[in-house]
Amino acid sequence: MSEAGTAARGRQGFEEAVDGGDDAVAAFEGHEKTLLDRLQHFLHANPTMVPVIVLLLSIAAFGIVAGGRFFSAFNLSLVMQQVSIIGILAAAQSLVILTAGIDLSVGAIMVLISVIMGNLAVKMGVPVGLAILVGLLCGTLAGMLNGLLVTRIKLPPFIVTLGTWNIFFALNIWLSGAQSIRSQEIDATAPALKWFGESIGIAGAQFTYGSILMLIIFAVLWYVLNRTAWGRHVYAVGDDKEAAELAGIRTNRTLVQVYAVAGLVCAIGAWAAIGRVGSVSPQSFQEANLQSITAVVIGGISLFGGRGSIVGPLMGALIVGVFNSGLRLAGVDVLWQVFAIGWLTIIAVALDQWIRKVSS
Amino acid sequence: MNYALLKSTALAIAGAALFGFSGPAAAQNAGACLITKTDINPFFVKMKEGATAKAQELGVQLSTYAGKVDGDHETQVQAIETCIASGAKGILIAASDTKAIVPVVQKARDAGLLVIALDTPLEPIDAADATFATDNFKAGELIGKWAAATLGDEAQNAKIAMLDLTPSQPSVDVLRDQGFMTGFGIDAKDANVIGDEDDPRIVGHDITNGNEEGGRKAMENLLQRDPEINVVYTINEPAAAGAYEALQSFGKTDVLIVSVDGGCPGVQNVKEGIIGATSQQYPLLMASLGIEAIAKFAETGEKPKPTEGLDFFDTGVNLVTDKPVEGVESINSEEGLARCWG
Repeated sequence: MSEAGTAARGRQGFEEAVDGGDDAVAAFEGHEKTLLDRLQHFLHANPTMVPVIVLLLSIAAFGIVAGGRFFSAFNLSLVMQQVSIIGILAAAQSLVILTAGIDLSVGAIMVLISVIMGNLAVKMGVPVGLAILVGLLCGTLAGMLNGLLVTRIKLPPFIVTLGTWNIFFALNIWLSGAQSIRSQEIDATAPALKWFGESIGIAGAQFTYGSILMLIIFAVLWYVLNRTAWGRHVYAVGDDKEAAELAGIRTNRTLVQVYAVAGLVCAIGAWAAIGRVGSVSPQSFQEANLQSITAVVIGGISLFGGRGSIVGPLMGALIVGVFNSGLRLAGVDVLWQVFAIGWLTIIAVALDQWIRKVSS
Repeated sequence: MNYALLKSTALAIAGAALFGFSGPAAAQNAGACLITKTDINPFFVKMKEGATAKAQELGVQLSTYAGKVDGDHETQVQAIETCIASGAKGILIAASDTKAIVPVVQKARDAGLLVIALDTPLEPIDAADATFATDNFKAGELIGKWAAATLGDEAQNAKIAMLDLTPSQPSVDVLRDQGFMTGFGIDAKDANVIGDEDDPRIVGHDITNGNEEGGRKAMENLLQRDPEINVVYTINEPAAAGAYEALQSFGKTDVLIVSVDGGCPGVQNVKEGIIGATSQQYPLLMASLGIEAIAKFAETGEKPKPTEGLDFFDTGVNLVTDKPVEGVESINSEEGLARCWG
């Protein structure tokens, strides 16, 4: 309007004063653009880049320190095998953490489900397909139980899953008698339980079906979280539950679904774990709950919910694996590997806090 | 129904049970307590079985307690206090925290109870009246000797992977690891420390947490360090099963795996040739001997004596293998299966 009007009337004398002034549109006061500021802004816009950069740097660093043995295609694929189970649990964990919750029971669900699958298929002679289906269903129900306790009884997720962690652990020991089902028994009765342990070799690298499964799970979750309405709801609920509710999202239903899907992913992980370990082992993966949280946190997903990409935890799990492998091949004692992962976790969260300051 | 009624009914039932069971045992009139680390480990389940059977046979009144998880010290302290209060004659304990339990054990001994440590020695070992345990150093030594004898002259060129328990190196971890090296003919240097040897035949040590997953990962890691490994020592049989999986995925079939424990799945693996040899220990025997000792103490006041040359009573260990070698006594897997636990 104004432009057309000005053109019609011609330029008036008092308007010439404008020429001397600043013709910029009203704006906030700009940041001082130091290199660090730019980096902070870049990382805020691309939070996934932090773990990607750390992963690439650590691979390069250990490649130099530990040499060819570390940098071989075989070793890198071995790292992927070794992190595959924790990676799958980290995918489940990410979903819950994105809603500003936490799930301490993921590892316990996984071990319980592997025992259920093993008991049904090996000890009770149930057809293996059915045993796996029952396992997947039980995993989903276990997750749903967490979700219902969080939403209906309105307990903090930390408390709920601390409780169910113990409950699932006790059930696991009760069902298994703390006794492993041997690899050879599985081979004899239900070899399909170990399917994810098989592998294909490409150029010296050895990819187990389990590590490929991990990548597929992350790819599917990435699609769901970024390209579907449900995925956006998950982020919205985690960012601000009340606002999401006011925007018309059925937040409690979304939450229950998130926990149920997490349980399902854990149950899929249980199947993969049988392949990875070779046996149904009720005593394995006792630290998996916390290791999955470590991977998520290093992967840059905010514990306050609603922020971070699902690709991060995959990177986080790989970073932990690369650190362990590299330090080991460099001859570093186990103790100091644990020490290094501890610092890595703290630095990752500190970095996350620093990046978040951009928006405040 | 009110609370008082409930309570009195419960008391009456408890009282009846007490009289019912203590009737025939009244002559002996000895009470004993068994306190284990957990109720979930088959090893301790077997221990409880042995104690219960022996207690019934001798007319000893047995109460059993267990921690919730391995490392649950608090519950064990409460159990000892309960035992003292109940007037029991003796306590059998597999302690979770071998140092921290000492003061309360002393309280029990001051109250006149016989305290016997089962499986795990207290620190110091004489904090208990006696210790009934497996000689874990000997257990390691046996499989070390067996592996060396099986390889024969090739033992000089062996490449050995050591799959240990945890970074904190508990005493059972150290004893088995160092025992194996000694048996194999390797200078273990300081026998209290894992990993200070300098024999090039040892490729490395890694930890397994005593389960299959840890065993597999540790084996993979050590194979990455040296793919020529041909002897694998493992802290227990689940770790050995995991190591076997890793060896298979690396396409290695001619590797000797040795282990310690003698649990039923482990001995089955010996039978199937997955584990070459394992040292079997006897939790049931530890507990039944313990109950006998308490019964004797109640009768005569006599305390059990340690095995000659050791500071504890050795409940025995047998090498289980189907490929016996000269100079190392062993039993076969059939006999091992008949005596296995879990």
